[in-house]
Amino acid sequence: MPDPLVIADRKFSSRLIMGTGGAANLAVLERALVASGTELTTVAMRRADTEGGTGVLDLLRRLDITPLPNTAGCQSAAEAVLTARLAREALDTNWIKLEVVADERTLLPDPVELLEAAEQLVQDGFTVLAYTNDDPVLALRLAEAGVAAVMPLGSPIGTGLGIRNPHNIELIVARANVPVVLDAGIGTASEAALAMELGCDAVLLASSVTRAQDPERMAEAMRDGVRAGRLARGAGRIPQRFWARASSPPR
Amino acid sequence: MRAKVNDVEVELAEGGTVEDVLRERGYPDSGVAVALDGQLVRRSAWASTDVPDGARIEVFTAVQGG
Repeated sequence: MPDPLVIADRKFSSRLIMGTGGAANLAVLERALVASGTELTTVAMRRADTEGGTGVLDLLRRLDITPLPNTAGCQSAAEAVLTARLAREALDTNWIKLEVVADERTLLPDPVELLEAAEQLVQDGFTVLAYTNDDPVLALRLAEAGVAAVMPLGSPIGTGLGIRNPHNIELIVARANVPVVLDAGIGTASEAALAMELGCDAVLLASSVTRAQDPERMAEAMRDGVRAGRLARGAGRIPQRFWARASSPPR
Repeated sequence: MRAKVNDVEVELAEGGTVEDVLRERGYPDSGVAVALDGQLVRRSAWASTDVPDGARIEVFTAVQGG
């Protein structure tokens, strides 16, 4: 596998992690997931009806995509820890996307509850992928707590506002000793590419694909955007200059 | 004896276990997780965990999200 994404003990050839929220139905979701090339995709935990699952786990299994349960909707460390344990039990995985938000309006991570939950879950043997603010200090604290990846937001969930503080993302990348996944806020493919150019190891997105007019086509765009950004990061861009520099020889 | 399963009031036989409740209510035994009064009950303990009168049972599964 050339240039794999490595998180904890797993290797992935795709650097695009998808979410399943927001898709109109499972058929649309399936086409989008296939077009994205993703190998790791989030699911949420909710109360079950007596039919049990909603089909999303069967879909991921059929597509050979690893499910990554999240703690979406949790607003306290206690809730998030319980949800993570329920997910481990239901899905038989110790991987968790840890999400502890402060309020419904911004869906911004609550740093105090987030760090507390991260410490407890790491202690409990979970592989924690922590959704966090674009705060370089908090990212460092999470890494010190033993999370397997830090996942700073570009902008609030579902806004499509892109990466509002690229320098903070670069600061997080510069000091992280764990993979950095740009999570939330991506609206279009150029922003996914930018995340990778800034040095992120992967991108996690959902709404920008599932709520696009053509989810399948946008998923393909995101796949290529992530790939282009990764290549560009490794290729070493030219320095920016104030004045022009001719690319043709003088006559 | 009564309990609430995902907010639905149900009548249970005396001495019923978590496993009995799940079977009676028709939940599948894979892909779900159970909390009893806010505490996780591991799958391995479903058959040996009694449901007390007035208990609140929540059954969870994975859905589209995130």
